Amino acid sequence: MNAPAPGLPGSGLPASRLPASRRSAAAAIRAGTGARIGLVAVALIASALFPLVFTNQLVLSMAFFTLIYIAAAVAWNLFSGYCGYISLGHAVFFGSGAYAAGIAARDLQITGTAEFALLPLAGAVAALIAIPFGLIALRVRRHTFVVITIAIFFIFQLMAFDLKTTGGTAGLYAPFLVWGPVVFNQRFYYMALLLAAATVLIGWLVRRSRFGLQLRAIRDDEDRAASLGVRAMPVKLTAFVISATLTGLAGGLWFFFVGQVVPDSGFNPIFDLTVALMAFLGGLATVAGPLLGALIIEPAQQDLTSQFSNGYLSQILLGALFLAVVLFLPRGLIPTVGGQIQVWLARREPHLPAAGRGSNEPAADQQAQASGAVAEGTSL
Amino acid sequence: MTALLATERISKAFGGVHALSDCTIEVEAGSITGLIGPNGSGKTTLFNVITGYERPDAGDVYFAGRKITNASPQRVFADGIGRTFQLTRIFPRLTVLENMLVAAQHTSNGHGRARNPLARAGGPADRHRAMELLEFTGIAKHASALAGTLSYGQRKLLELAYVLVADPAIVLLDEPAGGINPSLVHLIADRIRELNAAGKTFCIVEHNMEFVMGLCQHVVVLDYGTVVAAGPPEAVRDDPRVLDAYLGIAEDDDEPVE
Repeated sequence: MNAPAPGLPGSGLPASRLPASRRSAAAAIRAGTGARIGLVAVALIASALFPLVFTNQLVLSMAFFTLIYIAAAVAWNLFSGYCGYISLGHAVFFGSGAYAAGIAARDLQITGTAEFALLPLAGAVAALIAIPFGLIALRVRRHTFVVITIAIFFIFQLMAFDLKTTGGTAGLYAPFLVWGPVVFNQRFYYMALLLAAATVLIGWLVRRSRFGLQLRAIRDDEDRAASLGVRAMPVKLTAFVISATLTGLAGGLWFFFVGQVVPDSGFNPIFDLTVALMAFLGGLATVAGPLLGALIIEPAQQDLTSQFSNGYLSQILLGALFLAVVLFLPRGLIPTVGGQIQVWLARREPHLPAAGRGSNEPAADQQAQASGAVAEGTSL
Repeated sequence: MTALLATERISKAFGGVHALSDCTIEVEAGSITGLIGPNGSGKTTLFNVITGYERPDAGDVYFAGRKITNASPQRVFADGIGRTFQLTRIFPRLTVLENMLVAAQHTSNGHGRARNPLARAGGPADRHRAMELLEFTGIAKHASALAGTLSYGQRKLLELAYVLVADPAIVLLDEPAGGINPSLVHLIADRIRELNAAGKTFCIVEHNMEFVMGLCQHVVVLDYGTVVAAGPPEAVRDDPRVLDAYLGIAEDDDEPVE
């Protein structure tokens, strides 16, 4: 051990002294980045061309709901996945976004395409609600936090039923759009695509930032993070508000598409379970996990609902899938599959890490690299 | 006040148990001060009071001449007091390097200006310093491994390394030699000595007498939450009150967690 004491001058390590394993790891990470950029480009092009290839109205409407759920699940993960506070009250923001747009459209007598000017309001109202919600709920952790989010959710659902301004059980109607059915679905598809893509971008930016690292440190050990200078409450609350804003935007856009919101559809407990399941299935705290989860679950759910008259079947299957994921795939698809691929690659080329100027512990090196690659995989 | 860190007549009770009563200690700048005492004598509680995890019922904590009683843990850290925990507390689902960066990001750039929170975690300077410290503690080759995959001894080294990232003026170590093999104990002692030679102050809670007596220039003995002896290791070792309170009956078993 000949590294000089930190804080003393002249402690830089020349690059040639870097172990070979670290240089090859760096190359692997560069290759991984290239592959990821390619994957994102292909996904963006494919989703942009999708409505031109699939003109079936049912397919397009399914695609719209899937994009809304992608935005909602990625937004949920940005808070709950990153910092480990499992919220089962995000429907509060989804419903508030929808109701805010509906109430404003009715009271300001907004018609036609002018309704889209209300979308920022949907996000802003959700954000405003998230501040007191977060200040109350984020004082407690784990199970207590979950229970409080559920309680607050039911307060909002009851308000939607009982307040005069929310229209009671009849709910609210969105302004009528004089668009033909094809144009209608296509335009909404692209708006939802924009929202989903922006949400994924924000999720990625947060994941790689200092802020995101603070969130994940809070998830692992909040008190320890505090003793390393992380100001836990403002960090958690900021993530909660960002997540709520994006969820509120998704709620507003969803409302304009379906044309009506009632208490049970705006403040729907199944919404909370669904977004949580999507994130769990794909991989909590990964960027692409909730996207993948939504891509699998939402079309399946839509298909089941349209094929069977019994609407409860898809909910029963959803519950069963949740159990299966928690029991058999606790880390989620992306970390599990990513880890398997890396282990497989490491086994296939056993001499790669120790190549060249040797480290004296090739086995340990290889192990470190394999587990490191797993960690890289989780950041996908 | 010449001491870098001092507590003055700290008292703390948990229900009917007086964990600390009138506890006054001083840690001189540039020293390695040992804090010893039988199980339950209040050593970890004293650390918790100093670092803002427990509020004292009475008494004050001073750091560099300034009163910091009841400051929050993040405030205490920002002021320049780093600590480790008896049962190591790392972030298991972050990589070893990310663990280092959590602590690194709170040091200002030297301009005293807050950094953009959306900037990528760990700039080149932070990463460089983090890797240097990982080399220094000998776990650099695990930098990209998840910290949860490290052995207990490696976790102790990681905890030591990441407390050092922000360059605190004083480091409080809670049983740095507990539960790890003798060669690692020597490595940790060597590292502490090297850092101390470069000017870092340490306050160490430890049951391993050989470790404490070999490393510390000053030793404080607690019993029933109060200081029964203080002085150079040789003097403390032969003090009859200490032999009575501690060395005669002490075993290596663990003290209850914070």
